Amino acid sequence: MSVAIIDYGSGNLRSAAKALEAAAREEALDLSIEVTAKAEVVKRATHVVLPGVGAFADCRAGLAKLSGMEEALQEIAVTKPRPFLGICVGMQLMADKSHEHGTHPGFGWIEGEVVPVAPREKALKVPHMGWNELAFEAPDHPLFKGIPAGAHAYFVHSFALAPAHGNELLATVDYGGPVTAAVGRDNLAGTQFHPEKSQRVGLRLLANFLRWRP
Amino acid sequence: MLKARIIPCLDVKDGRVVKGVNFVDLKDAGDPVEQATIYDREEADELCFLDITASHENRETIYDVVAGTAERCFMPLTVGGGVRTTDDIRRLLLAGADKVSINTAAIERPEFVSEAAMRFGTQCIVVALDAKRVSSGRYEIFTHGGRKETGIDAIEWAKRMAASGAGEILLTSMDRDGTRKGFEIALTRQVADAVPIPIIASGGVGNLDHFVEGVREGHAWGLLAASIFHFGEHAIHEAKAHLAAAGIPVRQTHSQI
Repeated sequence: MSVAIIDYGSGNLRSAAKALEAAAREEALDLSIEVTAKAEVVKRATHVVLPGVGAFADCRAGLAKLSGMEEALQEIAVTKPRPFLGICVGMQLMADKSHEHGTHPGFGWIEGEVVPVAPREKALKVPHMGWNELAFEAPDHPLFKGIPAGAHAYFVHSFALAPAHGNELLATVDYGGPVTAAVGRDNLAGTQFHPEKSQRVGLRLLANFLRWRP
Repeated sequence: MLKARIIPCLDVKDGRVVKGVNFVDLKDAGDPVEQATIYDREEADELCFLDITASHENRETIYDVVAGTAERCFMPLTVGGGVRTTDDIRRLLLAGADKVSINTAAIERPEFVSEAAMRFGTQCIVVALDAKRVSSGRYEIFTHGGRKETGIDAIEWAKRMAASGAGEILLTSMDRDGTRKGFEIALTRQVADAVPIPIIASGGVGNLDHFVEGVREGHAWGLLAASIFHFGEHAIHEAKAHLAAAGIPVRQTHSQI
């Protein structure tokens, strides 16, 4: 097994790599984890993780700067599918487009748009920052194995992906109304929360991802 | 439902913890990574390092501390103290910090906050405000550990920083810091009600009721404390249980997984 974590100048790569290592260690999984900016490493990987912090357009531009990376992503997502996990903005990039600072195209893997978090209660702050409870729309998804409903995950975001198809919404979180917490279909999954910062719950999800054979 | 956050803060000087946890099972009470690991195990909601290293040449030590922590702790980490350039921020984020707090540099050059937010995203830019009550009853921003006044109104400054792209405000009452008399509630509430972004209240926690006051009366959902945890008077889970008993939602896990 080999996991590629895509390095395109986004922030929390080290945390993601260390958390995946810890998850693999606990599960006694034999794998190599590579933080990489190279398309050929991504194409060779058995599992691909796309982290992302910052603004949507900056992240997309950062990816576009890496030679062959967008094609490599298309390959592992669609044409030669392998387990893919997008985290935070890495998940939002799976959408058709985002409305963060203008309108920008995503990969179009999950039909839907990235829109501002707009809690009904005015007292609720944006960014949505902190620990919140997961409500599973797809409780039997392999990524959630061993994670009970109501488990807490760490969120920090001002925009969220609103998927067009209900069956691609895997989990939500309540923040003045339901907010997308996870999306997915086939070999693709994305979490708005940060599993690499969600202590036991996050490590469990990452271990599930490593064991995932969609 | 979003939960109130309990955030222990460790002061780090020259790569060593100042006034850290004094538990018997610690191998090295001055090792920030070991202290961070304890708080991770206790399921603190976030962790904060405040680097108080004075000398320029020792400023490199914080990066090792952050990197070591990120290797072992899978919880959100905020690092502040001496952050002056976008390069400082970049290095802290690459080492494994999730959020970086900016204090004096924002006062000296307010555009720094918007530049940092543009480059790294608002979610990782925390602006730290050190405020003190002045004779008129207003709160003003002070620097240099509360010694130097700026004449800037704290509420107006918080609003300006939020508009500049800060994702969070870390609000410390210099009047209460170290007193153990509880948060400066009037200040906390005025700032929390004035800005659309989350607030971390800091300064003065001396007992568990103070956390409840911070949320209920101060309207802050981030609650930072140091000595109450470090000296082993209370564990993180006790603070959470106390908040929960008062009807405030908290993440009480103690290993559901």
